[in-house]
Amino acid sequence: MSTSAESPPPAGPPPEGRRPPETIKAVPVRHPGRWVAAAVILLLAAMFVNMLLTNPAFDWAYMRSRAFLPNVLEGVRTTLLLTVLAMVIGVVIGVVVAIMRLSTNPILSATAWVYTWFFRAVPRLVLCVLFGNLGILYRELEFGVPFDNYLMPLFGMDGDLRFYSVDMNTVLTAFMAALLGLALSEGAYMSEIVRAGLQSVDKGQTEAAQALGMNNTTVLRRITLPQALRVIVPPTGNETVAMLKDTALVAYVPLNTELWFQLQAIGNRDFSIFPMLIAACLYYLVITSVFMVGQYFLERSFSTNDPVAKITARQTAGGGGM
Amino acid sequence: MTDSPNGAPGSDAMVVAEDVHKSFGRLEVLRGIDLTVKRGEVMCVVGPSGSGKSTFLRCINHLEKINAGRLWVNGHLMGYRQKGSKLYELREQEVAAQRREIGMVFQRFNLFPHMTALANVMEAPVQVRNVPRKLARERATELLARVGLGDKHAHHPDQLSGGQQQRVAIARALAMEPALMLFDEPTSALDPELVGEVLDTMKDLARDGMTMVVVTHEMGFAREVGDSLVFMDDGVVVEAGSPAQVLGSPQEERTKAFLSKVL
Repeated sequence: MSTSAESPPPAGPPPEGRRPPETIKAVPVRHPGRWVAAAVILLLAAMFVNMLLTNPAFDWAYMRSRAFLPNVLEGVRTTLLLTVLAMVIGVVIGVVVAIMRLSTNPILSATAWVYTWFFRAVPRLVLCVLFGNLGILYRELEFGVPFDNYLMPLFGMDGDLRFYSVDMNTVLTAFMAALLGLALSEGAYMSEIVRAGLQSVDKGQTEAAQALGMNNTTVLRRITLPQALRVIVPPTGNETVAMLKDTALVAYVPLNTELWFQLQAIGNRDFSIFPMLIAACLYYLVITSVFMVGQYFLERSFSTNDPVAKITARQTAGGGGM
Repeated sequence: MTDSPNGAPGSDAMVVAEDVHKSFGRLEVLRGIDLTVKRGEVMCVVGPSGSGKSTFLRCINHLEKINAGRLWVNGHLMGYRQKGSKLYELREQEVAAQRREIGMVFQRFNLFPHMTALANVMEAPVQVRNVPRKLARERATELLARVGLGDKHAHHPDQLSGGQQQRVAIARALAMEPALMLFDEPTSALDPELVGEVLDTMKDLARDGMTMVVVTHEMGFAREVGDSLVFMDDGVVVEAGSPAQVLGSPQEERTKAFLSKVL
């Protein structure tokens, strides 16, 4: 406690041997509004629960009997797999595109811009359906010399210069199409996040590293990227949660092993659409909540006390490292 | 790398600047700088802010590209290869190699915040010179002891005072065993009571014979440690000579005007 010189001397006790001041016990300000709000909300909540329990459209027993069928669980597995793979590929694309975008090479930078522009402008749903129908564009996936159909006649030869070909339908399964649609789109969003992260690192860091004689790759790998992670990680968690929900879109590729497709199919077959819609809500709620718990811990470890520092410290101390 | 007669490794010149010009867009920051820094010399550069002294320092290690003139460090033409009368830009890797023999200390320290003090000092030798970790750690430990921070190995930059950070930055630059050290207002961002410890470290370095170019506002340091002093204003060297001469009996009006404000 600080005593300022200007404050008037207290009237009561003498300055010497001063007793600690009495703790304030004042009547708190009343908040009647809170009680009113609580009452209204309680009432609405009670009405909602009542509806959940009494409205026959929910048909909880039916939902329980269908929500854990093997193909629904298979759907959960596919959804999780798609989420993880699409995010991993998306992050890799994002880092590459972000670095291209920040490159001094105008061709790379422009290419990165076009990539981001296209995949952010086209809705994910449209992308998924588009990739599902890519078999129309290419019957076969072939590897060989580009433009061989023009080149060979030019040199007066017949035939082609294609060394290896495979039927598009065996490569571009519904799963691959779905994964491509989601991952390419995610790559565009991630590239913006990574770019923001890289740009958030002070320019002095790059200069200090360059002044030490590091080349650009080393500067990026050892100095800029590790520091950018602090900015990149939290939004990447959000992207993962969003990706989990967006996997529902691949039902329209169509990928029939996916969760939303399965639940809807069961509902349609039994003419009980509504309970399966609710089942879908619950499934996504539960999985998303689990993800959010993970995200919470990840973010906490990245915001406090600098985990990147811990990682590099460990590398330095461990003697092994990179 | 083309060696020139100017400051060839055998000669006694470490830095040779010939008519160096630098513009940012239309703004001409350096308008013809000629100077020579000898091996083992401590040159202090003073002048009002905006005079181009920091820019000149950054040109020496090619953090800024010069627009005209020539700059040699330790006999190497910075940033270019000359064949006949034609100049070829060096590749990024070659520029990086040239910078390895020049240490730089920044006004704002620019330590790597995600690394400990020890890791900061070890980083460049390990990543750039491929020094084995064990050896790099021993060297870094010695260097931190030399700047008086033997007990701060495991501290991160944000756990150190400004003065301590700047001393780690000096150790980090020394770890590359540079032939030349550049100091860009090394004490300007420090609380007054922390300036002394950094200047003392720099004095030790000067005593050990390091060639140093120091952009500074510390006239006391310039007088005590500097072998030569350059006063810059408006992109040109206005006056140069021994510190006693320039600070004690300035010849130019601009020098007198500046010194009357700072002394």
